[in-house]
Amino acid sequence: MNIAVGVDDVHEGELVNTSEAGPAPKRIVVSYGFWIFLLSDIVMFSALFAGYAALARATAGGPTGSQLFNQQTVAMETAFLLLSSYSCGLMSLAINSRGYFGTFLGAGVTFLLGAAFLSLELREFATMIAIGATPQRSAFLSAFFTLVGCHGLHVAVGLSWLVLMMIQLAMRGFSPVVERRLHCFSLFWHALDIIWVLIFTVVYLMGVVP
Amino acid sequence: MRYSSPVLLLVSAAALSGCSEGVLDPKGPVAAAERLILFDSLGIMLAIVIPTVLATLAVAYWFRASNRRAGYQPEFAYSGRLELLVWSIPLMTVLLVGSVAWIGAYDLDPPKPIPSSAKPVMVQVASLDWKWLFVYPEEGVASVNHLTIPVGTPVSFELTSSGVMNSFFVPQLAGQIYTMAGMVTHLNLQADHSGTYRGMSANFSGEGFADMHFNVDAVTPEAFAEWVASTRSSGPVLDAQAYAALVKPSKAVAPFTYRSIAPGLFAGILSAGLQPDDGLCVGYPKSMRAER
Amino acid sequence: MNLLGKLSWSAIPVHQPIIMGTVACIGVIILAALAWVTAKGSWLYLWREWLTSVDHKRIGVMYLVLAMLMLVRGFADGIMMRTQQAVAAGGAQGYLPPEHFDQIFSAHGTIMIFFVAMPLVIGLMNFAVPMQLGVRDVAFPTMNSISLWLTASGVLLTNVSLAIGEFAKTGWVAYPPLSELQFSPGVGVDYYLWSLQIAGIGTLLSGVNFVTTILKLRAPGMGYMRMPVFCWTALATNLLIVAAFPVLTALFAMLLLDRYLGFHFFTVNAGGNAMMYVNLFWIWGHPEVYILALPAFGIFSEVSATFSGKPLFGYRSMVGATMAICVLSYTVWLHHFFTMGASASVNAFFGITSMLIAVPTGVKIFNWLFTMYGGRVRFTVPVLWTVGFMVTFVFGGLTGVLLALPAVDWQVHNSVFLVAHFHHVIIPSVLFGCMAGYNYWFPKAFGFKLDERWGAASFWCWFIGFHLAFMPLYVVGLMGMTRRLQHYDVLSWQPWLLAAEAGAVVILAGIVCQIVQLVVSIRAREQLRDTTGDPWNGRTLEWSTASPPPAWNFAMLPHVGEIDAFWAKKQRVHARQERSVQRREYEPIEVPKNSPTGFVTAFFAVLTGFALIWHIWWMAGVGLLGAAVTLLCFMFRVEDEVEIPAEQVALFDQSHPVEISL
Repeated sequence: MNIAVGVDDVHEGELVNTSEAGPAPKRIVVSYGFWIFLLSDIVMFSALFAGYAALARATAGGPTGSQLFNQQTVAMETAFLLLSSYSCGLMSLAINSRGYFGTFLGAGVTFLLGAAFLSLELREFATMIAIGATPQRSAFLSAFFTLVGCHGLHVAVGLSWLVLMMIQLAMRGFSPVVERRLHCFSLFWHALDIIWVLIFTVVYLMGVVP
Repeated sequence: MRYSSPVLLLVSAAALSGCSEGVLDPKGPVAAAERLILFDSLGIMLAIVIPTVLATLAVAYWFRASNRRAGYQPEFAYSGRLELLVWSIPLMTVLLVGSVAWIGAYDLDPPKPIPSSAKPVMVQVASLDWKWLFVYPEEGVASVNHLTIPVGTPVSFELTSSGVMNSFFVPQLAGQIYTMAGMVTHLNLQADHSGTYRGMSANFSGEGFADMHFNVDAVTPEAFAEWVASTRSSGPVLDAQAYAALVKPSKAVAPFTYRSIAPGLFAGILSAGLQPDDGLCVGYPKSMRAER
Repeated sequence: MNLLGKLSWSAIPVHQPIIMGTVACIGVIILAALAWVTAKGSWLYLWREWLTSVDHKRIGVMYLVLAMLMLVRGFADGIMMRTQQAVAAGGAQGYLPPEHFDQIFSAHGTIMIFFVAMPLVIGLMNFAVPMQLGVRDVAFPTMNSISLWLTASGVLLTNVSLAIGEFAKTGWVAYPPLSELQFSPGVGVDYYLWSLQIAGIGTLLSGVNFVTTILKLRAPGMGYMRMPVFCWTALATNLLIVAAFPVLTALFAMLLLDRYLGFHFFTVNAGGNAMMYVNLFWIWGHPEVYILALPAFGIFSEVSATFSGKPLFGYRSMVGATMAICVLSYTVWLHHFFTMGASASVNAFFGITSMLIAVPTGVKIFNWLFTMYGGRVRFTVPVLWTVGFMVTFVFGGLTGVLLALPAVDWQVHNSVFLVAHFHHVIIPSVLFGCMAGYNYWFPKAFGFKLDERWGAASFWCWFIGFHLAFMPLYVVGLMGMTRRLQHYDVLSWQPWLLAAEAGAVVILAGIVCQIVQLVVSIRAREQLRDTTGDPWNGRTLEWSTASPPPAWNFAMLPHVGEIDAFWAKKQRVHARQERSVQRREYEPIEVPKNSPTGFVTAFFAVLTGFALIWHIWWMAGVGLLGAAVTLLCFMFRVEDEVEIPAEQVALFDQSHPVEISL
């Protein structure tokens, strides 16, 4: 990742503190702002995690996590998502060197892996609903579907964003705006990965411990 | 601005006139202890606040621009000693009031039983829309919107709700405690003087909330026994059917009693909001654990 | 399937004359305003210069207009409640039946917190912070516009509930199970939830915007310890917004899922847990009150320093206290429900932390005191509000420390004693602070000062009225009166409530004085004109610009060498050590381009919100699609900046000379 701190307006021989260097350049401002937004998103997920933790045992006589969770599916989902982060990283390298083919390839692989993750997750949800483990069954299931579903929704938004960015890249090339936005996308995608790690730990791994 | 002190005095004087009811007129040990804590902390805080306000007014007045006698010190923007003072005064005050808070929180913890030689009376409370049901499991009677208790005897409450959150509150006897469906909260109080005290719900629960007040009659133990006996002799029976009728929303319900109660009624009200294998029941410390 | 969901003609409350009268009044006012704009032919001007503006100064002004309008609505709710309680004693039922009264107190709290206090502080931060930092605008100007208009969407939806449907009847905190579908089957809670979700997105985006601006966009030389204290408080506030509002978003999402899709987060059965709502709500709720109070504290810092002619006492201490409050505000939330039955150790812990947070606040009061000490205090209207705050707020804080003792709280929780306490802290801090800020920065925004006499009159009415309205509530709360009572049987409460009603009337006089102040000032604006850009002999950078400033704020970004850079420069110029900077070389300046994105997105947000409230699913889809398309258009726009030619900059500077430039 290329977050380099640029100090504009440095006069010869003058050592200037970053905090006194004046307004930061746009690419830093945009990345920083997006990062603050990501932190707020993580706070939102924390509230959902708190809700999940409080309600994890409130199964109301219905199915529990250990009865429902399929660890193989979860492992595959994790693999897809982590690999998609890797391909996203490769995409970032291609962006740095302004390589169109590398960027489109990286984006395509990321998209496919992300879509694979989503389809596995949707199948998991469909199976659960089919056997009556609906979010309306118990508080535990409400919390599960909301937390995991919210993450899935973020992945879906991310995939749509990726498609739009590729369209914009094809139309405008590597303009500063496009580069900034692609950088924000990769921050977003990696953050989703981190959240997923937390989800599979707290929900799926801890969920099957008696 | 300069009459905030006299106003405060006026208010305190006026407040004292409100002394004949409510928090400032306790009739039992819990409420009396709580009032003492209120006065102590008020005194400590006023000792800080009143001089601060007077100093603010004095400084603002003396250093007004038209007063040429006041010294102009445009560079006075820092003083280490003043900083130390300014941080330590609030900190020490907080430590003092904080220890009062700490001790009070433990001593007057609602579930803490009141030490007494008398055997405590058990009352199970359920808040309904929009009335209170009081069940006396040991006496085998129940009453709606009215509570009779013996003087000088600790009363131990188990509280729940049939639906929305309410708060059981008799200001002259003790603090309040929330009632929540599927959960049990606890409160202990005692009336040391005979009399009639006002009780209410202190958490808004809907259309009929304003009428959810009730009277608490603290009577001599003999009168209490008489009351129990006469309650057992007439009135309807509180069985599942009667409860189903009672739980339907109604406002401004006139007090009445039940002469007997079906076994397991309170547990039934509780479990209506609770599922059999609810893990919440098992995993949490006693204050939040639902009990059977 | 019904094309209009749950919506039908019966949604209009034709059988409630008070509501219909209010709706008619509001309708007339809106129509009159529209007619006036049409008569003056100003639609294009309004669209170009205001509705699509991304200029932080314009956005700040629009936030304040929104807030002042909602202050009138929120106050109307308040005085209606006071009147009802003044008359509904003994067997009397008053003039407001429970269905209406319950909506009024819910709307009063919701409007005052979300649509008066928040826009007031966010508007003032919008206006002043970029100029105080010596820069041209915030980090994300278009997003700033989106924030404003999404807040306006929340306002609109809440007010629509007057005319179509109903508002929540649960109180402004909307605890379940009462707020669940089972006990609140109407649309009221849905209006509440969607209004606040939409406005909440706006607020969160503001938080992101200002944190980035304050941390990454400051004039050259302005290190952290050279920022004005108002910017420090703005930073703390926006950090709190970023860290607290997402919790509310998640919480409301959970309640919405319960209500719309039958989930069981907080229901009475199937394992739902209402206590979790209470916890999550107040984890947001307590930081929220500091979000409101901190900018007000910042304003008091600026005002006390400026009008004492001295620097703020204890700058570092103030910064430390501000950031301490920021952090500590996360450690106190349980004091909002000591009565919910937590164990003694938990209650005791939160009691102590709640008292600890009074320490940095107390430090601030002392520091303002020492700022005035040794100064030459000019008793302008902002200073009246400041000193009024200092002598009132400490008593409110005192009652707060009392409430922090669990043993005391158990006796006064949810009583009107509590109501008196939180008004005793919010009104002196937020309202007095924002009135001070409004009077202080008005000349900068509009080029002329506000009338001093009417300003002083409004202060005295508010000060006296506030005490008269709320001090009796302490008494009657101790007498056992709980809050939110539509009627009561204890006649001895009534004299106190009548006194409180009188207080509300005096506050009304204060509001009227404020309106008169504005009208009189606009009429007399030539006499009140600010010709130098620095009407108060100010200390911070915003006073070095013309009044009103150009869109680009500064022709050249100032180079800052110390705290209160403008004041320092003035001293050096007056001592003939330096000369005021003459602009010799002007350069073209790029300013962000105006954009309809904010306004149009908000329009679709209102459509979506309304549709979801009434279960009109196709309309909700249209709204979401419209919002998405709007954002796509923004994403694909080609030009995002406009260049102001150097000659235009030069022309402005020459026709608006300021005494001293940096």
